[in-house]
Amino acid sequence: MSGVRVLVGTRKGAFILTSDGRRADWTVEGPHFGGWEIFHLTGSPADPNRLYASQSGGWFGQLIQRSDDGGRTWTTVGNDFAYTGEVGEHLWYDGTPRPWEFKRIWHLEPSRDDPDTVYAGAEDAALYVSNDGGQKWTELTALRQHRTGPTWQPGAGGLCLHTIILDPVHQDRIYVAISAAGAFRSDDAGTSWLPINKGLRSGEIPDSDAEVGHCVHHITQHPSRPDTLFMQKHWDVLRSDDAGANWREVSGNLPSDFGFPIAVHAHEPETIYVVPIKSDSEHYPPEGRLRVYRSRSGGDEWEPLTNGLPQSDCYVNIYRDAMAVDTLDECGIYFGTTGGQVYHSADGGDNWAPIVRDLPPVLSVEVQVLP
Amino acid sequence: MIRVVLPAHLKTLAKVTGEVRLEVTGPQAGPVTQRLVLDALEARYPMLLGTIRDRHSGKRRAFVRFYACEEDLSNSSPDTPLPERVASGAEPYIILGAMAGG
Repeated sequence: MSGVRVLVGTRKGAFILTSDGRRADWTVEGPHFGGWEIFHLTGSPADPNRLYASQSGGWFGQLIQRSDDGGRTWTTVGNDFAYTGEVGEHLWYDGTPRPWEFKRIWHLEPSRDDPDTVYAGAEDAALYVSNDGGQKWTELTALRQHRTGPTWQPGAGGLCLHTIILDPVHQDRIYVAISAAGAFRSDDAGTSWLPINKGLRSGEIPDSDAEVGHCVHHITQHPSRPDTLFMQKHWDVLRSDDAGANWREVSGNLPSDFGFPIAVHAHEPETIYVVPIKSDSEHYPPEGRLRVYRSRSGGDEWEPLTNGLPQSDCYVNIYRDAMAVDTLDECGIYFGTTGGQVYHSADGGDNWAPIVRDLPPVLSVEVQVLP
Repeated sequence: MIRVVLPAHLKTLAKVTGEVRLEVTGPQAGPVTQRLVLDALEARYPMLLGTIRDRHSGKRRAFVRFYACEEDLSNSSPDTPLPERVASGAEPYIILGAMAGG
């Protein structure tokens, strides 16, 4: 029977949760890198034993760890994330120019077919790639040097590149999202970039439908429909059916269209999941009730999923990289909270249970199906 | 022989226990400096690159401090000779994470 490995990054280390394909009994292992922030922990689609972790902390900076044995042992690999060429400036919170300054890696995206190739999204926003298993990192400079770059301003969490999608069909197509610059697409493996924010409306910026400046929280895609993208923006849930060229809002009957993660069912490309959060100043579920919302119609019409989730006195948040799906026949859904719970559903969201309740605040959740 | 004390997180990262002992010699047998000690430390333990000082500017990370002989050397020039008792190995050169976070 297949197994499942859930990779959890937290404020104080990494945890690995494993189960067989029934997903009923779980083993919790960790912490790895105890005391360090693990912004993202993920595995290679081409080799499930190849894992990458973004390890950082206020004291000792950024490290990248690699495992070649499914997380049993780890090797520190390269952490030389240099801005190539002229560093340039973006806008600071007060509107003054400020030189790009590396702070951390938010997201690691391994290649779909080469375990040694992995992309990294940085704060301040930049995209890096390594082709040697994380030893050496090269910046894809055209993104940071985009003509709109000097106008990018950080969101409250920093000027972070937090989403990277490597298109499964178009070999050289990459999507990224940056808070608070917006979404961008490259069709030439990062040589040039196109802002793809048409249709986004953001009341927090002077020109609500500006070319850039939108606080995109997360984007997801189903591999069978690569031109369809789903987005959770600071406010609003949106979809695009033309590879990001145009977006339309599909928030529909959500109790709040603010949130961070968005995920798509592994086998139903029009079934999507979000976790509504009350507002950008409160950052907890409406009415203290933790509800995942599912749309089976690709948006607009949403149903609350509550069975097994706390329906009173719940004031946690769910970060943008903290929701994932597995690819077993009955799709599993997983998410982690700032309260340290990792919940899962083994039936597409109808029923939920905690795998573990008392981890440090969860920053990221990824899942692997093992042979 | 220079004795170096690392903070717990960096000991774990470098896979060492206790003090690190380094042979450090200045150019033309000149004085031992903080820069030379950190260069030797990073050469022996490359996983520490970037954790104590910035990889490019060489500046000490904000929440890392350097102590020796009951003195705070954190803001001293990296090229200032270290105290003789550190250079001779009688006293350790201490790298630590500053108290922070309340």
